[in-house]
Amino acid sequence: MRDVAIIGVKNTKFGELWERSLRDIVVEAGIGAIEDAGVGGKDIDALYVGNMSGGRFVDQEHIGALIADYSGLSRNLHVPATRVEAACASGGLALRQAIMTVASGYGDIVVAAGAEKMTDVGSEEASSALAAAADREWEGMAGATFPGLYAMIAKLHMHRYGTTSEQLAEVAVKNHRNGCLNPIAQYRNEITVDQVLNSILVADPLHVFDCSPITDGASALVLAPAEVAHEYTDTPIYIKATAQASDTIALHDRRDITTLDASVMAAKRAYDMAKMGPEDIDLVEVHDCFTIAEICAVEDLGFTEKGKGGIFTEEGETAIGGRIPVNTSGGLKACGHPVGATGIKQAVEIVTQLRGEAGKRQVEGAEYGMTHNVGGSGATAVVHIFSRER
Amino acid sequence: MSVPRFWRNLDSRYNLEGTHCTECGEYFYPPRKTCVNCRRLGQIEAYRFKGTGEIVTYTVIRTAAEGFEEQAPYSLAIIKLDEGPSLTAQVVGSPENVHIGMRVSSVFRKLGTDGDRGMIYYGTKFIPADA
Amino acid sequence: MTIGIVSYGAYVPRYRIKIEEIARLWGDDAEALKKGLMVYEKSVPDVDEDAATIAVEAARSAVARSKIDPSRIGAVYTGSESHPYAVKPTSTIVGQAIGATPVMTAADFEFACKAGTAAIQACMGLVSSGMIDLGLAIGADVSQGAPSDALEYTAAAGGVACIIGSKESEIAAIIEDTYSFTTDTPDFWRREGMPYPEHGGRFTGDPGYFKHVTNGARGLMEKIGTMPEDYDYAVFHQPNGKFPVRAAKMLGFSRAQIEPGLVVPKIGNTYSGSCLMGIAATLDQAKPGDRIFATAFGSGAGSDAFSITVTDKIEEIRNRAPTVSELIKDPIYIDYARYAKHKGKIRLA
Repeated sequence: MRDVAIIGVKNTKFGELWERSLRDIVVEAGIGAIEDAGVGGKDIDALYVGNMSGGRFVDQEHIGALIADYSGLSRNLHVPATRVEAACASGGLALRQAIMTVASGYGDIVVAAGAEKMTDVGSEEASSALAAAADREWEGMAGATFPGLYAMIAKLHMHRYGTTSEQLAEVAVKNHRNGCLNPIAQYRNEITVDQVLNSILVADPLHVFDCSPITDGASALVLAPAEVAHEYTDTPIYIKATAQASDTIALHDRRDITTLDASVMAAKRAYDMAKMGPEDIDLVEVHDCFTIAEICAVEDLGFTEKGKGGIFTEEGETAIGGRIPVNTSGGLKACGHPVGATGIKQAVEIVTQLRGEAGKRQVEGAEYGMTHNVGGSGATAVVHIFSRER
Repeated sequence: MSVPRFWRNLDSRYNLEGTHCTECGEYFYPPRKTCVNCRRLGQIEAYRFKGTGEIVTYTVIRTAAEGFEEQAPYSLAIIKLDEGPSLTAQVVGSPENVHIGMRVSSVFRKLGTDGDRGMIYYGTKFIPADA
Repeated sequence: MTIGIVSYGAYVPRYRIKIEEIARLWGDDAEALKKGLMVYEKSVPDVDEDAATIAVEAARSAVARSKIDPSRIGAVYTGSESHPYAVKPTSTIVGQAIGATPVMTAADFEFACKAGTAAIQACMGLVSSGMIDLGLAIGADVSQGAPSDALEYTAAAGGVACIIGSKESEIAAIIEDTYSFTTDTPDFWRREGMPYPEHGGRFTGDPGYFKHVTNGARGLMEKIGTMPEDYDYAVFHQPNGKFPVRAAKMLGFSRAQIEPGLVVPKIGNTYSGSCLMGIAATLDQAKPGDRIFATAFGSGAGSDAFSITVTDKIEEIRNRAPTVSELIKDPIYIDYARYAKHKGKIRLA
């Protein structure tokens, strides 16, 4: 198998993009990444696009073909295009498919994109579409919502480990602070712990400011074999590990409600593959769809012990300048969460950081970065490790 | 949810009809036709759960799922049945009385309706066991 | 052949609204209403309860009390004036939910407040003819009273299920005989598609309730040669606290005879469950050998009278399921706004 590098990246603006369609944003991200890589359409061997629910959000399936078409890769070039779906982990999985395509030699220049257009439907319809990532028959029929499922994780985490609502709020406060420094972020305003705690309760103990928003956005990466990466860019970023794990679709069937075993297993596989451990990672983008999800993630990825995620956050260890900066992009919480795009956006952020191009939110001297993308309440987890050096 | 999709699991929803693998002894609710431990070597039989258990964790949902608006706020819990498996269900009654570790027992309630003209979905919810 | 009640089960929702709270909204005189109706509070279903869920809970309680194998039940008849579907039986929901399906017959009954006792009579016929082994008869309602209408003070929720059988070793209360008195009397009705019933006001009294209850009761006593003093207990349909007391007096029954079964002051009129609720409350405390006289009334109009003798079996089964007084204790009082929400009076878009 060949080593793989990322040679081009692009995020669109994240937010409520009323004037732009799914095909508009994904073409912008794709072309941006291709330009960043200095390649042309005729160089592209394959396209993977992460998209959770085109069917529900814009009543459109066959997203791979659509995107290839509107990117100008179909009528003349006939580039193979594949949509990848694993709920909110669709983007991370699209990246993984692209990596495996290049590593195996089936393709050289491969695009991994992710996109979701969520605001073309009302928030009730959007919530219902998102809830389809859980077990519709045995969670949804009971009245479960996504905030409700993560609220149950939070409730038990608080009960068992003494995690507080203030500690959950600190995740949102920190991610908004980071979002302020990210030009593409949906929310670029600072918030306080009190603001989080005084916001509307969605599902006890989660307030609306504990939840990631509904977002439109697209992101794209261009991958190439590591041995030729320098032909395209001075700053290729290398893939050190790609790993994925599954768990039960329903939260109630998990071994432990407060641990995402899929995250633990994907991280273990990634660390083994990269021959490194959590202490080697300089920054990480984790899947903070809810504040409790970031608390669990820093535990499950091994940055702190199980149960200590709240204190770890409260003590500033996850802030820029802390022991392990988490979600410098603003995370899903402040940068926004266009579900299919998120996994790609996380990789774009890490590449930007490892290139040293992150501006005011730059983690100085970052050598190794990690992304952690979760589908549903933890039924799919994808972890990638990136490096500045091959 | 469509009528056939709901109807297919009626006994599971009404009567906590699940399954049991006689090979490894694990009980499954919601029912599984393939044992997660023994896989194709498992011996699956039908099993009706007693309907008693304990709350593992819960939340009070205030922004309701589509179709559940009339019931909000409602308590949603993960309940560990005495035979072993856990399920997600509502706990009826006052949300302030619900707590982790609480003993509960099953009751027959309306889960929801498909609008004014559609089907009425019935199934199992839980109440505090001492009630 | 001996026919009788093999088991019974009752269900009353936890929630109550007080007369004062309803009167507060409409500016009525609560004290005068309580005195006039002899009802102080009424049961209210939860947001997710209806006649079907109440019927299932009552039926499961009846099955648990007798420990019979539900597959022996050959007929399920549910009486209600608030069946959740206009077309699609409540009784199939009940049959499935208690495990009596598929070898059984089922249908829904409607006869205002006496649909449950009509179901008992149907089961008696099927059991005594040998067509079925056991029959399940249920009266369950989440009755509706239009806002500000007099009915709103009494229209309540609850249900009772009776398993009817003919094996002497199983019978907890022998039904010696039954007698019905029926005429076409439009004292109360609800047209198809209408949310609330209409009623004839004071016309519901003498030409409706009292004529039919007294004729039905006297008819049965004449038929089997009994007198009020032959009975330890009596139950009359209880649309409010006043009518059954007056009917008892007209027929020569004492206040003491009807007291144990008079549950309406605390829960209101449970319609198809009403008379059966009184019978259940009486069975909860009757001793072997005690005799119970019961007369149900349904607007429209008719009455079903029953003469019942309790057997030794009652002591064995009584405490295997909650009694009516256990179901009634520990209510949760709600205000009118919550009541309106629970009753679906608030329409979401």
